[in-house]
Order: sequence, then C-alpha cells, then structure tokens
Amino acid sequence: MSPEDLISRSAEKHGRERKNLIPILQDIVRENSYLSEEAMVSVARELDISPAEVYGVATFYSFLDTKPLGKNIIRICKTIICYMHGQDEVIRAIEDRLKIKLGETTPDGEFSFLPTNCIGHCHKGPAMLINDRVYSSLTPETAVRAVEEYI
Amino acid sequence: MDSSTRERRIAEHKKRVNLIFKKCVWDDFLDRALEMSPEDMLEKVKESGLRGRGGAGFPTWLKWKFAREAEADEKYVICNADEGEPGTFKDRAILQEQAGKVLPGMLVCAKVIGAEKGFIYLRGEYAYLLPALSQEVENFNEKIREKGERFSIEIKLGSGAYVCGEETALIESLEGNRGEPRNKPPFPVSEGYLGKPTVVHNVETLVYASIIISEGPECFKSLGTSDSAGAKVFCISGDTDLDEGIYELEMGMTIKEFVELFSDGDIKAVQVGGASGHCVPRKKFADTIIGFEGVPTGGSMVLFNSSRSMYNVLHNYLEFFEEESCGQCTPCRIGCQQLLKGIEAVKSGEKPSEYLDDLVKLAGMMKISAKCGLGQSAANPFISIVEHFREEIMY
Repeated sequence: MSPEDLISRSAEKHGRERKNLIPILQDIVRENSYLSEEAMVSVARELDISPAEVYGVATFYSFLDTKPLGKNIIRICKTIICYMHGQDEVIRAIEDRLKIKLGETTPDGEFSFLPTNCIGHCHKGPAMLINDRVYSSLTPETAVRAVEEYI
Repeated sequence: MDSSTRERRIAEHKKRVNLIFKKCVWDDFLDRALEMSPEDMLEKVKESGLRGRGGAGFPTWLKWKFAREAEADEKYVICNADEGEPGTFKDRAILQEQAGKVLPGMLVCAKVIGAEKGFIYLRGEYAYLLPALSQEVENFNEKIREKGERFSIEIKLGSGAYVCGEETALIESLEGNRGEPRNKPPFPVSEGYLGKPTVVHNVETLVYASIIISEGPECFKSLGTSDSAGAKVFCISGDTDLDEGIYELEMGMTIKEFVELFSDGDIKAVQVGGASGHCVPRKKFADTIIGFEGVPTGGSMVLFNSSRSMYNVLHNYLEFFEEESCGQCTPCRIGCQQLLKGIEAVKSGEKPSEYLDDLVKLAGMMKISAKCGLGQSAANPFISIVEHFREEIMY
C-alpha cells in the first residue's frame, strides 16, 4: 500500500477529527516503523490541521518516532530494578550479537536497539519488548536467543 | 523470620484478603447492579471508604458525586491503564486476569454519573494485551446492549509517555494533543474530555468499585484502617527472594512487617510508591504505616539491600523524570535537570556537600510550584534519599 493510501484509509477508519490524530499516527508507525515528514504533511492535509500540529504531537510521544528505525524494535528497560538484576550484561550480549550499540540501528535496517522506561515486569527483570512482545527474566543467553527469533 | 514462617504468614494474608483475583461469574453481578438505583450505588461506594488506588487517594464516591451533579449533555468514564510508574505492574496483571471485573466497574460509574461512553487508555507498552482485552470489551459491550444499556467502552492506546498517567494529560492525549497536563481547576469531573464532565479512575479502583457494589461495602470496609480502608494490590520488586511479585494485602501494615514477609531481612531502604514516591530508611521501618496516614502508594514497593548504592537509585529516578517531564512548566523542566546535574556535581567533588541543601530547597520549590503531579512528586525521592542517605550521595 502506498503511504498516501495508508493514510487516507486510516483517516477513513478512525474519522477525520482532531481527536483521532494519534490512532492514525500509530497506524503509520505500525506499518512503516516511523513518521516521515511527507507522512506528517499528508496526515495534516487529511485532518485539515497544520503540519506543525502533527509534528508537535509526534515528537511528544516516544513510540511515535520521526526518524527511520529498524524493522524490529528492541526496547530494553533501563529502570534501576532491571539494572539490579543484570540488565548491563544483557545489553552487552545484545550489542555483541547485533554489532551495534544501544540506541543504534543495524546497517541492514533489521533491528533498532533502544532503551525505554519501565515496562511493568519489574519482578521479572531484566525485561525487554521486541516489537509488541515482552521477554522477561532475561539472561545474556536468553536475550540473544529472543533476538535471534527475528533474524 | 525463617522461610517456612514467612511462607505460612504470606498464606494467611492471602487467605484473609482475596477480592481482586477471586474467580466469579459476572453475569449475575450485572443483573444485580442493573436493578440497583444510582443513588444506592453511590451510597455503597461512599460507605465503603474506597479511595483512588492510583496513589493520590481521592475519595471515589466524591468524584462520582461531582460528576453526577455536573450538568452536561455528555459525560465520560475513563479507565486509566497508563501504568508507567517505575516498579508498578499490578494493572497489567489485573487486566490480564480480571478484565471481567474492570468493565462492570466502568459501567456502574457510568450509571451513577450518567455517562454513555467509556474509554480504556492502555499504555503503548502493553499493546500485547490488546487482542484479549478487545475481545473482552466487545463481548461486554454486546452483553450490556442486550440488557438495554446505552453504555459502551472503547480502548485507546497510548504511545509511550509517562506523564499521560496524569489525568488531564491523559485527556489531552485522548483528544489528539501532546500529553501536557492542564491547569486545575477546572477538574475533569466538571470539564474533562472534550470539555465534558469526566471521571478518570485507576484500573484497580474500578475493580474494587464493582466488588463493593456486588458484595456490599462491608467486605471492603472491614479491612484496613480508618484512613486507609480496604485492601490494595502491591507490586513487590527489587531485593526480594520471592518469585511472585503481586499480592493483594490489607492496608495499614508497617514497612517492618512488610519487609519481614517479603525479603530475607537485609533491606536498608524501601521505595514506596515508585520513582515518584518516598524512600523509607531502615530506622523508620517500624513506625511507618503503608497507607494514607503514613506513606501512600499506588502499589509499588521496591526493596533495596545493603549492597545497593542509593546514589545510583536516585540518579536513575532523576534521569527518568528529566526525560519524562513534558517541559511545559519551568519548575519541572529546569528543576529535574538541575537536581540531576547537582548530584553529579556533588559526587564528582565539583560542588561542596552543602550544595545538596540548596538542591533540597529547589526540590521543595518544585513541590509547590510545578503544574502537575509529575513535577511535584519528582521532589519526593530526591528529598527523602538525600535526607536519609546523604553520605552515599556525597562519596
């Protein structure tokens, strides 16, 4: 589906009112992993609002990225509780496996590895999300195995 | 306390309190609730002494009363499932295991205030709950439609912003805006979503409301203390040797009792209420009550043993607030940055230790001048950790 089609179909589904801006942006991110400038301008046109408004909303939310990201997004919890249970080693193991640093995207565009705030699995830390799926009680080995499911 | 005594005591606690996770059939409840008048429902919730379970503890019945008395053509009920407080994971468990009790809670609230539309604002990090939850909501909508009710529920997904757990920021987000908290008053009960009266409740509050209406206020009121009636779902993490993290416990325990039950004993501090809560040091365990008369909590209890650096803990929390501050008001935007830079400067010796006193004053200023709960409560961990673990911040 072309980006234009995706946007107009999503606007059709949710309705072209301001209150539906975020669900529309979420649809685009789900499909393309990020919001390009062109996409934000098209959304603004669909909803008849200023592109600055769309940009303002997009940049407020950490899950609405405005820079290209990998096909699979790994978000590892950086809260102290996960840190207390060995999150550092897990981060190093994933960095070694993907040959990138935390915060980077692999050159082939397959993975982005990002820190995130608490994801609500504190009693089973360290924890991470890969796309929408959660992985908890991680060790360096289980974390690498989880990442490899997506290779 | 040896481990078998601990196990036995925990089992006793579980036996005494089992409201939220108890299995039951909700069809009967719906029939009973729908026969009840809104006045009766309001009266029952009032009698139970239920206060908001998200942490702030506003009396539930009062919210309902204000929204009920507000005159408007449309009103809304919102279930706040934007559980972002570090160390908190109870709402996820409730939605996974007991969504069937959350939805009737929304319905009874709607009946009392006169709303026909409800939203569940689910945090983006919990998107994996959507398939099961959507199915549950669809079935529920269908079931109550058959019973002749006009109320329906819709799920909206958040996009990774802690501040959207603040009710007015959540409403802004639902309206398609940046999640920037509003000035209060007006409170959402008079002007909320789309300017209409809106009641926003934590997931857990809604479950207790439905239990109180279905089983009567006594089952709730008979537990807890006079200021903190009932029970509460706690999330226990950090230096605990137990695998399970979620427990429903009676309100009013002291931290000493709590630590004895849920750890092997070597605990030097407990962070009560998540990053935005208070840090209680060991010397205060015995005389600190978990509840509105002592330290209030949205449920998060993080235990730290004697090997942990409280500097690292505070540094992590301040980084969190600095990142999650919406940036709208100066006390929070600049305050969080300065507190973080400040402890780094003291640690490195760039600033003298007395500088911590200036930072405590700054934190006190944030408490009174920040626009919303985020900026006001960012000061809590700072003030309590610096007060009790000053030498760990300095050296």
